[in-house]
Amino acid sequence: MSSGEPTGRMLVSAFIALLLTVVPLPYWLDIARPSFLILAVLHWSIFAPRAGGIGLGWFSGLLLDVFQGPVLGAHALALAAVTYVFCREHQKIRSKPGFQQSLIVLAGLAAYEVLLFFIDGYSGHPITSPLRWVHILSGAIFWAPATAVLGYRERRS
Amino acid sequence: MAFGTPGSRSQARGGPSPGFRFTLYAVLSFVVMFLDQRHGWLEQVRYGLQALTYPVQLAVSSPASAWKWLHEVSETRDALRAENARLRDQDRLLALRAMRYEALARENGELRGLRDALPPVAERWLAAELVIQPTPLRQRFLINRGSTNGVFKGQAVLDDKGIIGQTTHVGPFSAEVILITDPEHAIPVQIERTGLRTIAVGAGDTTSLALPYLPGNADVKAGDMLMTSGLGGVFPAGYPVARVTEVHRDAVQPLAQVRALPFATVDTDSELMLVWFRDDHPASPTPASTATGDLRTGNPKLQPQAAPPPRPKAPATETSPAAPPPAGTGARNSEPSSGTVNPAAAAPSKSRAPAAVKSPDGSTPAKPANSKDSVSGDNPRAATPREPAPPATPEPSPDATPRNP
Repeated sequence: MSSGEPTGRMLVSAFIALLLTVVPLPYWLDIARPSFLILAVLHWSIFAPRAGGIGLGWFSGLLLDVFQGPVLGAHALALAAVTYVFCREHQKIRSKPGFQQSLIVLAGLAAYEVLLFFIDGYSGHPITSPLRWVHILSGAIFWAPATAVLGYRERRS
Repeated sequence: MAFGTPGSRSQARGGPSPGFRFTLYAVLSFVVMFLDQRHGWLEQVRYGLQALTYPVQLAVSSPASAWKWLHEVSETRDALRAENARLRDQDRLLALRAMRYEALARENGELRGLRDALPPVAERWLAAELVIQPTPLRQRFLINRGSTNGVFKGQAVLDDKGIIGQTTHVGPFSAEVILITDPEHAIPVQIERTGLRTIAVGAGDTTSLALPYLPGNADVKAGDMLMTSGLGGVFPAGYPVARVTEVHRDAVQPLAQVRALPFATVDTDSELMLVWFRDDHPASPTPASTATGDLRTGNPKLQPQAAPPPRPKAPATETSPAAPPPAGTGARNSEPSSGTVNPAAAAPSKSRAPAAVKSPDGSTPAKPANSKDSVSGDNPRAATPREPAPPATPEPSPDATPRNP
């Protein structure tokens, strides 16, 4: 956080994360794949809340809607809500050790998925398969390496 | 906007509070959702977004297609020769079948009282390739054909084994296809053996369909073939859909639990066909507009009965929806065994008496659903062979005679 807002890196990383999120994978890998875009958004809302913030969350969610969602705006709303909480509490979250951060991210992803579940059900496109919850766990596990990669520049300087 | 150049940092710091911004975005989301959900007002926006994101999707799928290309290029001469031989065999087989098909088509036309054989129901078709595979959760995928190729929303997608699905969102260069196994998809089907009509709903995993509206005593068993019934306005009649794999009957449940395995499978190198169907063909998907138009005039239950029974030049006699599946009522006594699509299958049905008892129109309009069936179907004047009722019922046709007008 020493040199300005990392807007450029943020956008590039979000784009790469989007590619990783939608790249075709075999069945089981696809289920266990964490949502890299959400992890990136959460990372930037913790470590650079001014640069990205809720807007980044909303637009990333909208992209997810275009790629994956049946209704435009569903992912956007859920991701904006989680991003809002993470931006608000970014200082508390940032000061936590890695493992606790992972737990917080787990809670955040769970809240995101619950919100999305409600919106899906309400808009008439429910996914009741339990497999939809798998990415929460894998996302929490992937949080440590993901945030290490994304925060590489900060940690070095 | 929350993210911008580093210069806007101070402005953002002094800008609206995060809570206010979040409220703004939340309201925006709701508006977008409402517009997209209710009337499809964002169809144009989606169209544009699909065009914008198509390069990304192409890029994302490029490793797979590169691998495929490499595989094709590096194929050996022997493999190619073997494939050539196989294709030639297949071609011969298909030519043989096509010969027989000509004869059958002419015969069918004569039986229908037409002067010429009917043209094939599929007017034109377009091959398409998969760009993005279906995900395990949402069984939708992207194909590389869009409205610039003439693809429209709600178009049937097939492969060489059966129905795959239909298009849901169409962009300029790409289209989203929903599989028949998606839980949000329902396809009107007909059991090939008995002609019983019902609806097959996606069960949520990629390999099964559920038939949730069959009563417990319906005549269905494992191994039955399901084909499209031609209702619903998307798929024409007579295309294979799935094979019933398991039938579970529970004495306490009014409905049978039936699962079926779709014929068509989707993987990366499957070839899909987008098909345009002839509207004037009897097997063509019933256009929804005309169906509702028929229903709007007069009492829909009585419309089909008004037709005089012995008309030799009726346009179509292929189906006779006498008593279509009573969806939701497992307590109905009689078991419908309509459908004379292939008379060979329906003819051996034992009882001829009920057919004689019934009025020539043969349909017993008990429910609006039934009447809709018979309106949108063909003239149901062919006497329907009814099987004697299952053990629960004393007499075979308690409802046939009294309700006839």
